[in-house]
Amino acid sequence: MSSLNKAAPALAFAAAALLVGGIALAIFWAPEDVDQGFSQKIFYIHVPVALTAYTFFGLGAWKALRLLSTRDSRYDLESYTAVHMGVIFGLLTLVTGSIWAKTSWGQWWSWGERQLVLFLVVFLFYSAYFMLRYSTDPGPRRERNSAVFALFGVALIPVSFLAVRIAGTILHPTVFTHDDGVAMPWEMFLAFCICLGGVLALAATFYRVELAGKRIDASLKELREQLA
Amino acid sequence: MSTYAVDVATLARKDVLLELRSRDTLPAMLLFVVSALVVFHFALPADASDRAEIGLFWIALIFTALLGLTRAFAAEREQSLLDGLVLAPVDRSAIWAAKVISVVVFLALAEAVAVPAYALFFQPVGWELVAAVALADVGIASIGALLAAMAAASRSRELLLPLLFLPLAIPAVIGGVGASVAENPASFLGFLVLYDVVFAILAWASFEYVVTE
Amino acid sequence: MTSAEKYVLAAYLVFLGAVLAYLVIIALKVGRLEQELADLARLARERRGG
Repeated sequence: MSSLNKAAPALAFAAAALLVGGIALAIFWAPEDVDQGFSQKIFYIHVPVALTAYTFFGLGAWKALRLLSTRDSRYDLESYTAVHMGVIFGLLTLVTGSIWAKTSWGQWWSWGERQLVLFLVVFLFYSAYFMLRYSTDPGPRRERNSAVFALFGVALIPVSFLAVRIAGTILHPTVFTHDDGVAMPWEMFLAFCICLGGVLALAATFYRVELAGKRIDASLKELREQLA
Repeated sequence: MSTYAVDVATLARKDVLLELRSRDTLPAMLLFVVSALVVFHFALPADASDRAEIGLFWIALIFTALLGLTRAFAAEREQSLLDGLVLAPVDRSAIWAAKVISVVVFLALAEAVAVPAYALFFQPVGWELVAAVALADVGIASIGALLAAMAAASRSRELLLPLLFLPLAIPAVIGGVGASVAENPASFLGFLVLYDVVFAILAWASFEYVVTE
Repeated sequence: MTSAEKYVLAAYLVFLGAVLAYLVIIALKVGRLEQELADLARLARERRGG
């Protein structure tokens, strides 16, 4: 049940190759966006990081569900690690998104940028997850509370999405969107996919490393209790 | 099924009566919400828009709800009643349902004072605000009852509950304020219904995992 | 370098910085775990009467 089994080096290598290749393609090969110009290139790192964060939150919720249905403590650390990684990538999403906002509309933050606002709400929620864990003593109670909270998080995502969407111009002056929709040239899409694959592979590597670290930590604590 | 309803009714009655007799939480909530409204008046510059005032009403509501929720499992905590309840031959989720009912009752009582006070201090309110408040109450109570039980297991309950609650309250605020100011409140009210349904079901289903030892 | 290019570079540097920062954190963690393991090994040896 090793976290860092044979897959991990392969993942890390794939991450390196895909990321370097993807970013090179994005910067040097993919065409420049007609409307936004060169600053659109942030999209190739910002969106994969955002998608990765959402993936981690989903993974955390899935592991949480497994914990609640099987009562196997193993899933607690897995769920926790997933949320942990999600928050880290979430912070990255907000920072890169903020840089993109600054270069696009001149402000570091805009409440009119729906995707980022939605993300902020979700990010706040999962940051509270840590507070929940830190202030509850270790044990089955904490495991179950964390799991239920992680599940609430994924319910919050679509609900908040809808909320921010209908709020639209009622609550915020203008709605900003980066128009990277269906009309994307295939070169852009390819570069994006490679970057996405790279970020996901990197994230998977980090996840395994972090999980291994947490497991070793827990085992060492147990050992110390037995020896001391 | 009927014993479930009876259990819920009994527990809810217990909560409401206990609270009304001790005169603890409810007066605090009433005073808090009126004080908050007064503070908000002074916090707003003279030419603030009507819409800003609506927003402040909802803030007052959220924080009054938090005040009430912090006490939601307080009595149980102090007397280890929750452990006793959990051991009782009662479906755990009935405890949650009863708590939701009692929280809604207290919120409604607080709002019976807050809404007229707001109308007096700021501006007249329409039916949309009242409807939105009623809908938001259900969602807030559903989520709050679950989170209060979660926070009761931690070391810093009073600090933790607001942190856990506020992100989840954001959609309710959006729905509520939207319904109060928009030309077409129906979509916001509909959204609040969705919010209530989604989180009530989730809270109802997961409550037993939160209170088992 | 145009302003847009600077911002794009900044975004990618933030990403790189985060990855490297994580590397540092992991390195520190491994060091701490190594230390803890050595302590426990010593304790175990002492317990055995070694």
